[in-house]
Parts: sequence; C-alpha cells; structure tokens
Amino acid sequence: MTKVPVQFTLNGSEKAEFIDSGTTLLNALRDKIGDTSPKGGCHQGTCGACSVIIDGELRLSCLTLAETCNGATITTTSGLAEGGVLHPLQRAFLDTFATQCGFCTPGMIMAAKVLLDHTPNPSREDVVEALSGNICRCTGYEPIIQAVLSAARANSQNAA
Amino acid sequence: MALALQTFATVKDANAALKSAGTRYLGGGTLVVRAANEGDVSVSSPVRSTDPALSAIEVGGGKVRIGASVTMAEIARHPELGPLAKAARAVGGPAIRNMATVGGNLFAPAPYGDFAVALLALDAAVGTDNGEMPIETFLVGRDDSRAIVTSVSFTKPDNFRFLKVSRVKPKGVSVLSIAVVLEQAGDGTVSSARIALGCMADRPMRAKAAEKALLGRTLDPDGIAPALAAASEGTAPITDPIASAWYRAEVLPVHLGRLLLG
Ligand SMILES: Cc1cc2nc3c(=O)[nH]c(=O)nc-3n(C[C@H](O)[C@H](O)[C@H](O)COP(=O)(O)OP(=O)(O)OC[C@H]3O[C@@H](n4cnc5c(N)ncnc54)[C@H](O)[C@@H]3O)c2cc1C
Ligand code: FES
Ligand code: FES
Repeated sequence: MTKVPVQFTLNGSEKAEFIDSGTTLLNALRDKIGDTSPKGGCHQGTCGACSVIIDGELRLSCLTLAETCNGATITTTSGLAEGGVLHPLQRAFLDTFATQCGFCTPGMIMAAKVLLDHTPNPSREDVVEALSGNICRCTGYEPIIQAVLSAARANSQNAA
Repeated sequence: MALALQTFATVKDANAALKSAGTRYLGGGTLVVRAANEGDVSVSSPVRSTDPALSAIEVGGGKVRIGASVTMAEIARHPELGPLAKAARAVGGPAIRNMATVGGNLFAPAPYGDFAVALLALDAAVGTDNGEMPIETFLVGRDDSRAIVTSVSFTKPDNFRFLKVSRVKPKGVSVLSIAVVLEQAGDGTVSSARIALGCMADRPMRAKAAEKALLGRTLDPDGIAPALAAASEGTAPITDPIASAWYRAEVLPVHLGRLLLG
C-alpha cells in the first residue's frame, strides 16, 4: 500500500506522519496520531460525531482524506482545554448536563465552537441550525442547546 | 479500504488519469468517501484537481459562473448569489455544506441533488474541457460521463423560487425539492416558466407539462390549477425510507401550488 506523508497543525502543534494513502482524517487522528476525541459513529457523514475544525470550517473527518489536509490547521475537542482549565463550552456542557454517554459530545462541541467563533451571540434558531448535522441519542438535544446558549452568555460576560 | 489518491494541478492531467480503470473523480468526497467507507471497492484510485479555476465564482453582466469545486457553504454566503442561497442551504448540515461541491451535486442520485434541481430550473450550462452543454442533456448522459465538470453557468434570474420538503427540520433528506424560474408579462400572466423537480425520478427532471399549462395564466388558485393537475406527468418518483413513490406523487401538487402562490 502506498505510504504518503502528511503534515498539519493539530491543536497548535505540528504533526508529520506517513500514512496509507486513502486513510480518512478520522482514522489518521485516532489510530496514528492518538487524538481519540473525534468519534467514529457512522463513517457515513450522518452523525457528526467525527466533526473537526479545518482552517476555521466545520468538517466531517470520516469523509475527509487525511492527505488532502496537508498544511491545514486542525482543531479537535482535545485541544480546547488550556492548562487543565476547561473551555467555556466544555464547562457549559457539564453544568447543563448536556452530555450523557458522551459519544456525540466532541462533535457537538466542535459544531458549537464554529458557531460561537462567527456568531458570539446566537439565537436559539442559530444554535439548532449549527447543530443540525450532529445526532445525539441520549439527551434529547434541549440540554445541548441550553449549554451552547449559556456558553455564549458566559463568553460575552467575560468580554464585557 | 485502500484508496490511492492522485492529485493534479490541471484539469487536463486529471482527465487523462481518469481514463484508467478504478479511478473516480473526487469532489468534496461526501459520496465517494462514504461509499469507500461502506465497502464499495469499485473505486481504488480517486483523482482530484487543485486547479484554482474550479474554485472560482464569477458574477457579472447578469451572468453567473460557478466552478465545480465551489461548496454549498460558499454559494450560501456569496453576497451576489442571494436567491440561490436557499437551495445551497438545503443541502445537508453545516459540515456537509462545507464539503459538498456543485460538481458532486450534479452527479448525486435521488434523494440527493437538491442544488442540481435549482440548476436545472436555471437552465444552466454544464462546462467540461470539451465545452458546454445544457444541463438537461448532461443529466441524461451523466452515468456514462467520465469528463470532469469544470463549471456551471447561467443567467441570473429575476424570479427564482426554491422549496425543499423534508421530514426532519432544519436538516433532512428530501421528500422532494422544487425549483421554479418564472417570467411574467405586464398584466401578471406567466410568459415563461421552467419547473424542475427532485426525487420525482432517479435524477432531477423538468415538469414540462406543468410549465406549458402555466403559460398565459395568472398566479392565483384558479390560474395554476391546470399546472398542478399536470405536475406529475412523466414522473417516476423514487421510493426510499423517507417516502414512497405514491406519497411523493400525492404531495407534489400541494407543494408546487404553495411555491407558485407564495
Ligand atoms: C449526511 C449526508 C447528507 C446529505 N444531504 C444532502 C442533501 O440534503 N441534499 C443533497 O443534494 N445532497 C445531500 N448529500 C449528498 C452530497 O453530499 C451532495 O450531493 C454533494 O453535493 C456531493 O458533492 P461532493 O463534492 O461531496 O461529491 P463527491 O462525493 O466528491 O462526488 C460524487 C460523484 O460526483 C462525481 N464528481 C464530483 N465532482 C465532479 C466533477 N467536478 N466532475 C465530474 N464528476 C464529479 C464523483 O466522481 C462521484 O461520482 C448528503 C450527503 C451526506 C453524506
Ligand atoms: S462518523 Fe463521521 S459523521 Fe458519523
Ligand atoms: S450524549 Fe450520548 S449520544 Fe449524545
């Protein structure tokens, strides 16, 4: 099998690996690089558990070939906490019980982060739309929507 | 799964590579990589081109040209493509829209291809290295087409309407989608109409009988009644877990009516 080099910035640090050509970014991150925060729920683009942020845009790592990410800047949920302090979204997910089994949570947090990066004060509709590609089988979504709205409020209070 | 990706700077070189067995063009990959993940071994070597012309959007002189690698998200946020934004936003969720390309949507089988329905109503020209062809001709022959689609071009419409019906809100696979481009005479009667339907066949199709029945009519319940009665003519709706062919045929006139009166 052809090995190809890939190099990208993952959560602020440079990564360079040789991978099998055709490896999805999801498998490269989890099996090669050891970042298991993106989850493989369906490998079909349907569940959103594998969502990551590539160059500022939400993408599905299960449908992205790793070698197309050469030179990219990639953010995953494992890169959000700083020095043991949780990101406001992570804090909000815990505080509002927005995570139960937790399998969907990293994908939800990625989708929510992209939203808040562009729209710091989203409406409820904005949040529903932003999370519309992410499936949760546990919470019934309402606590997740509340978590994103409360993280947005916490952010704007910090900024004020 | 073992895929060997080949990347080319020019469309010409990528087209040459696509002559080999086991190759398939890779757009955003939402269907190609998904098929590979599901165990489809018919593609062993995806081919892509990074030609910048494929990613350009040009708007000027009432004309629009969209490169085949442009994504649904890029169309949805383009300031001069306002009316089309609704059709682009109808495709998948936010992450899918960041990946799904115009080129790929032209090949997506029903229930997918919502944006291609819009392009069919716009009577777009589909461009390859061999020149342009009308989208209707393209759709008929797409299963045998190997040439890379480079662009779609169309005249900016004055009256473009789009509707996607799905069961899951705000994102869900189509029960059906409808796009309409209308021109009206000074007295309000319809002087030209193009109506495109999604999920009413295995690929987007024109509702030609309904278009004809709309000519010279006004957009009110009585005026559009003959068009609604003719809406299903020539359709062969798909049956899938979202809806049966029977259901799709039943609801088509209702939704077409809402779009025409709306
Ligand atoms: C979870 C999910 C939800 C979806 N929801 C929708 C939806 O609501 N509406 C909808 O319309 N679609 C939907 N899709 C289908 C798909 O994402 C879109 O149709 C998309 O536009 C396909 O584009 P792509 O670039 O990803 O195609 P790819 O997967 O890259 O390619 C698809 C096909 O087109 C060919 N192709 C691509 N580009 C070119 C080109 N330039 N020249 C020649 N051939 C080309 C490929 O060879 C392949 O055969 C969904 C998919 C998923 C996984
Ligand atoms: S694993 Fe990627 S969307 Fe489900
Ligand atoms: S918390 Fe279990 S799937 Fe969302």
